[in-house]
Amino acid sequence: MNNPSVSRRITPRRTIALAATVAAGLALTACSGGGGGAASDDLTATGPITIWYSNNEAEVGWGKQMVEAWNAEHPDEEVTAQEIPAGKSSEEVIGAAITAGNAPCLVLNTAPSAVGQFEKQGGLVNLSDFPDGASYIEERSGDLAKQYQNADGDYFQFPWKSNPVVIFYNKDLFAKAGIDAENPPLSTYDDFLATSKKLVDAGVAPYAIQPAPTSEFFQMQFDFYPLYAAATEGAQLVEDGKATFADDAGYEVADFWRELYAQGLSGQEQYQGDSFADAQSAMAIVGPWAISVYDGVNFGSVPVPTPDGTPADKTWTFSDAKNIGLFSACENKGTAWEVLKFATSQEQDGQFLEATGQMPLRQDLPTVYADYFAANPAYVAFGDQASRTVEVPSGPNTVQMMQTFRDAWSKSVIFGEGDVKTALDDAAASIDTLASQP
Amino acid sequence: MKRILGRQPLGLLFSSPYLAFVMVVFAFPIVYAVWISFHDFFFAAPGAEPARPFVGLDNYVAAFSNPAVIRSFGNVGIFLIINVPLTVVLALLLATALNRVVHARTFLRVSYYVPYVTASVAVVAVWLFLFNGNGLVNSLLGPLAPDPSWLINDKLAMPIIALYVTWKQLGFYILLYLAALQNVPKELYESAEMDGGGKIRQFFAVTVPGVRPATLLVLLISTVTGANLFTEPYLLTAGGGPNGASASPVLMMYQLGIQQGQPDVASAIGIVLVLGVLVIAFIQNRFVGERES
Repeated sequence: MNNPSVSRRITPRRTIALAATVAAGLALTACSGGGGGAASDDLTATGPITIWYSNNEAEVGWGKQMVEAWNAEHPDEEVTAQEIPAGKSSEEVIGAAITAGNAPCLVLNTAPSAVGQFEKQGGLVNLSDFPDGASYIEERSGDLAKQYQNADGDYFQFPWKSNPVVIFYNKDLFAKAGIDAENPPLSTYDDFLATSKKLVDAGVAPYAIQPAPTSEFFQMQFDFYPLYAAATEGAQLVEDGKATFADDAGYEVADFWRELYAQGLSGQEQYQGDSFADAQSAMAIVGPWAISVYDGVNFGSVPVPTPDGTPADKTWTFSDAKNIGLFSACENKGTAWEVLKFATSQEQDGQFLEATGQMPLRQDLPTVYADYFAANPAYVAFGDQASRTVEVPSGPNTVQMMQTFRDAWSKSVIFGEGDVKTALDDAAASIDTLASQP
Repeated sequence: MKRILGRQPLGLLFSSPYLAFVMVVFAFPIVYAVWISFHDFFFAAPGAEPARPFVGLDNYVAAFSNPAVIRSFGNVGIFLIINVPLTVVLALLLATALNRVVHARTFLRVSYYVPYVTASVAVVAVWLFLFNGNGLVNSLLGPLAPDPSWLINDKLAMPIIALYVTWKQLGFYILLYLAALQNVPKELYESAEMDGGGKIRQFFAVTVPGVRPATLLVLLISTVTGANLFTEPYLLTAGGGPNGASASPVLMMYQLGIQQGQPDVASAIGIVLVLGVLVIAFIQNRFVGERES
């Protein structure tokens, strides 16, 4: 039993203990600049390095052969590779590693949306500081490379590979619903809606298309953004510090998706599993990484719809790119840069394409790897589409901007609350403010 | 010296490992969080040494100018209003019943305790299959199923989470009450019976006052764990959906602090949350604990 008269008395010992606790806490706070020490700024240092790559099975296979090939030629600059440690997301693991000072030299799976934050943290090396940095990037990727520059025109990420987002459709379900499975009418918003309705009315699947309706910031990359890029022929979400999407093209994209949800052609609830693989939806909005995943599905692919049905060879989309970061904690940055160039050489890009089906962010992809595309016709459209992709905006507040957009989208489009135009206008105003903040 | 070190200075030595533990895992983070919440702070690489100017209450203003943050506090309020009383009542009733059960006592105790020791990720998957649009519950309800369905209904999402957490944690609180019930003197029940008190009268006149210390503990623990709600909205309603209707303050801290690189604003939310929990705990102690002494 407590005795209030005792328990509430402030004794000298209690005062000292409290003071000691606070003092020790403050002392610990003062020396908590982060773990590890700062690495050298020398960009020419060579020696062993560590790299992380994705845990995607195909990428692991490619990564292992790439590392073996490098190590065979460079015994003094050995590369040790491992999959990105498990976490809620790769970006959180990398962010924690930056703060702790134990990030690897290279991460071959760096999301462009996180690069601005990593740069602000002081975690990334400016690749433009290497004598051949910017020139190597721009020779390899051409005009697309510019989307990966920061506001000062520097490259804190290496544009590596993309997964241009298109529409996959289940040919068997389309045929079952009496729709031409070889030339499905999906190019305009009206066609897409009519086809979707036909699919659901025929009862071939509960939903026509089922992008994740959840509130994570990155989900806008797989519903709004591909269609907006297509409708505007490559407009980014934010350009010159201003949100672009509060315009007629943006409103039309939002109205299109809202109609899909309102008519029950898309589901408001997250499907537990892969709705396309499980034939719970007749279409999916994904990139070429999914070709091997949907091995058991008889599917075709078409570009994302536009208001007037843009031809496939003129259609833009979202890149779903993953890039390479060279991290400031790296001791041997000279070796890291050489490994990065080795891993993105024409030969290794070809091996990567062969192993994963993902598109190296390399200009003239269809001609450079003509043999591959001849042998794998399912990937031809992606090879061509890879030259017309848009990226998320750069800067330290990218995730905030995308979350702001997603919140407005969830409310007005997925759940149909309020006016779409007002929601996008308000989101654009908030994003303008975020874009102006350091 | 004796006045400072006490009559048993050796006690300080023995307690120092635990004190060090508390310093590292509790005192340091909370003092650091307070410091962060008053500065322009972001996580930086060693050697980056960014400026971290004192910004006064700016982070608090930024946090509580965000309607999503305000809503998350409202959501967790709804959660606590449902979860805490339900936990106390159900745990006490079930513990009392279990205390009287003669047969299958161990089986029943294990049955209640299994959800508590099972990983939330695994149990959430079961609830998803129960409560999603095509789930078992809606199939049983047929035309009576809510529209929109449970987990995407902004009126029902948080109550479902509260029910889930109540069910999942109940086993632990039942054990606390079972332990407390062993300390209620049997003579009191006999006296009550001799005075003509029935079972219900005995429950309210003997059992409830007899387990009051345990009730205070259950109130405090369920409030503290409830205020720290994260896993369930993260998994069960896919990140606090629909439209933030089930987002909790800790989920907002995760989104703002980890995903969006604003640990300063996230810390401000955390400090307000800690203060809020302290106030609730004080009130609970005042109304339940005081009578104990």
